[in-house]
Amino acid sequence: MASVTRMTIHELREALVTKKISVSETVRAYLERIDALNPRLQCFLTVLAEKALQEAEDYDAGRKDLSASPLAGIPIAVKDVLCTEGIRTTCGSKILENFFPPYDATVVSRLKSSGAILLGKTNMDEFAMGSSNENSAFGPARNPWDPTRVPGGSSGGSAAAVAADLCAAALGTDTGGSIRQPASFCGIVGLKPTYGRVSRYGLVAFASSLDQVGPMTKDVRDAALLLSVLAGHDPKDSTSIDHPVDDYAAAVEAPIRGLRIGMPKEYFIEGMDPDVADATHKACRLFQDLGAELVEVSLPHTAYGVAAYYIIAPAEASSNLARYDGVKYGYRFPEARDLMTMYKESRSRGFGAEVKRRIMLGTYCLSAGYYDAYYRKASQVRTLIRRDFTEAFQKCDVLVAPVSPTAAFKIGEKTENPLQMYLNDVFTLPASLAGIPGLSLPCGYTTEGLPIGLQILGPPLGEATVLRAAYHFEQATKTARRMPSLPENA
Amino acid sequence: MEKISREEVRHVAELARLRLDADEELAMTRHLNMILAYMDKLNEVDTSDVPPTTHAIPLENVFRPDQVRDSLDRDRALANAPQSDGANFVVPKVI
Repeated sequence: MASVTRMTIHELREALVTKKISVSETVRAYLERIDALNPRLQCFLTVLAEKALQEAEDYDAGRKDLSASPLAGIPIAVKDVLCTEGIRTTCGSKILENFFPPYDATVVSRLKSSGAILLGKTNMDEFAMGSSNENSAFGPARNPWDPTRVPGGSSGGSAAAVAADLCAAALGTDTGGSIRQPASFCGIVGLKPTYGRVSRYGLVAFASSLDQVGPMTKDVRDAALLLSVLAGHDPKDSTSIDHPVDDYAAAVEAPIRGLRIGMPKEYFIEGMDPDVADATHKACRLFQDLGAELVEVSLPHTAYGVAAYYIIAPAEASSNLARYDGVKYGYRFPEARDLMTMYKESRSRGFGAEVKRRIMLGTYCLSAGYYDAYYRKASQVRTLIRRDFTEAFQKCDVLVAPVSPTAAFKIGEKTENPLQMYLNDVFTLPASLAGIPGLSLPCGYTTEGLPIGLQILGPPLGEATVLRAAYHFEQATKTARRMPSLPENA
Repeated sequence: MEKISREEVRHVAELARLRLDADEELAMTRHLNMILAYMDKLNEVDTSDVPPTTHAIPLENVFRPDQVRDSLDRDRALANAPQSDGANFVVPKVI
């Protein structure tokens, strides 16, 4: 039997149900590994050791039914942007350092009612703003493949925890690539669902028209399993889509012969890291070998995604983050004698540099005299980006593209220049602006041995097709799959 | 050309209820100018007849029956408050 912490959800379920291992043994194995590796990798901001062990005992003693629910006994980590009742939820920010939500996010309730064991809360860029985890107020999570490199962001803690086998799977959130890019940097599977497919209730808002929760897992089948639990209409989120949820895990195995795979020419450009370009081209050829049909398509407004996104997302953020005023929750500067000082000092001391920058950028773009030139213009370009995808999906069933122009970069490499950091998101932002589903899965390694991610995009609510394409690719590349060199039994 | 002056940065900070010290103000002005100059790229796109998108997935008004339901009780609503008197949020004197 493989080491328990290395198992996928479906392997672990099998081992638990057939009593090859107990839930307590499983949870203890994870906790020991977290003890050994978390000080180095800083994936978790909170570890729920006692609670998790207690729940495990409930299963082992038969007080909870192990066979009834799809995730029964599975230890899962949750990004610290998702509210957990009575459990500290920091959003990677000093301003929420002592925030204990009074309710669970809908996705957290869904995990619980599916039997999952909440193992802990994972590190992230402050308020999910960042592509490297370096914006966490509590120090960056590190990449298990090379701890001198970033795990990506903003769901870097979740991605690193899955890659380092510190949990069976994790939840992340994606506003402009925050699930897909860290999944790519850490060599795991990450899926951003269609906007509205998964409830945002209890997800601390960054950019409300873009934010989406999704699974980060060790394989594609797990992503499908987890999405089936997360997806569905929620009356508490008026933007959630009222549409039946597919049986994603059952859908993945259907053959992909004849599936039309679109290669958007704007995503295969000069200046990309040659290893990334090479791996992406090889992936396309593999799809062809598997019986899929390659189609060249064009998404002509791709080059405007970064500019449109970095107006729209900060604009929404500047409005959403106005709630941190030191009144109802979060940090308050204790010495303020008047209201204005309280607002300003609480916010200025509570927020980090990148969050302030985005609040400033958003406030400016929405301010009198600049609204039309920036926010309205960006929202119009967003329409054109959406139309590009609508037209492309007339010619193909899914699109295949790189996730990021490079593999994981060094910690500190891009912190001096915020624009350089933003430009790194060029391949993930358009799908976010269009609200379509996107998945990242490993497709190769750089000459330095770092994982490279392949992005598969689908039309709105096309998760089943995206997962199916990913599943077949994964099956065909299984033997080439590597693991980060960490101790097997830490 | 400068997109945003240091005075404008100060004004926007005021709108956003942020206090920037002198170093932060300088760095913010430099960074915002760099970012806003890049945004000029959008002017290459003709958007004259293009409606803006505010939601990627089209949405009709969402209605629900007007029913009384449980909501967060007061103790729990106040539990995270930096300062409360058990019944209200307490803030520095306003008027």
